[in-house]
Amino acid sequence: MAVNAGFTGRTYPPTAPYSVGREKIREFAEAVGADDVVHVDQVQARARGYRDVIAPPTFAVLLAQQCDRQFIVDPEAGIDFSRLVHGEQRFVHHRPITAGDEIVGVLTIDSVKSAGGNSMVTTRTELATIDGEPVCTATSTVVIRGGAESR
Amino acid sequence: MSHAVLSINDVQVGQKLPSRTTHIDRASLVAYTGASLDRNRLHWDERFARSVGLPDVIAHGMFTMGTAINVVSDWVGDSGRVVEYGARFTKPVVVPYEGGADVEASGVVTAVDAQTRRATVELKVTCGTDKVLGRAVAVVVLD
Repeated sequence: MAVNAGFTGRTYPPTAPYSVGREKIREFAEAVGADDVVHVDQVQARARGYRDVIAPPTFAVLLAQQCDRQFIVDPEAGIDFSRLVHGEQRFVHHRPITAGDEIVGVLTIDSVKSAGGNSMVTTRTELATIDGEPVCTATSTVVIRGGAESR
Repeated sequence: MSHAVLSINDVQVGQKLPSRTTHIDRASLVAYTGASLDRNRLHWDERFARSVGLPDVIAHGMFTMGTAINVVSDWVGDSGRVVEYGARFTKPVVVPYEGGADVEASGVVTAVDAQTRRATVELKVTCGTDKVLGRAVAVVVLD
């Protein structure tokens, strides 16, 4: 089943705020082997001018993927999650994600394309603090591989 | 407390960044699954991965991307200086139970803008003979 192209251009309402915690940043940094002390040491982070410890550059995917779920689990979208693979990801950081941030995401479906039984969906998530300060623009392309029935 | 962040004056196009190899095994996939909340079965359920035609479980593309950027953060001296980062997932990193997988990341400077103090780094990320990330590019702001 092809992904519903009618979703192109749709923007979802802002998500509930996500509270960025020091220990989640530490856990993520350890998982990806990011050993810069700025992820775990508040004193060092402050000495570099940050308010608190900051997240590694790809931490934003955690928030962006939670936003994407609004679309992916929408039955109207017609996405078979078991056939979904990540094709491309890009981040533009307006400033580092920092412990203590309360972040909301606004998801927009930039494009839905289908070709050769596969569908390609590009989504954009604007992450900002609850006060409206822009934090990160995350763009993701996923491929939903066609099943046997579409070949 | 002094902390050395790389100066734009010390960076030239063509400059190579020290490479870094990350060993990925099932334990690292579980750790990343928990940390990222990306719990797709492809990354931890061998039976499921095989049922959709993969040879074995595969690493999250974002896990590979997350380890590769360490090359840039280490070189700059502050992870917070990475202002742009993007990549395509060109080949999966297959992680067998025995032996796991080694992902090697290296980088080269492709552009330097003294006025904005920005440098662009292109990353080469491989697992064995496979190029696992394509168009992997990061932009950093230097001192």
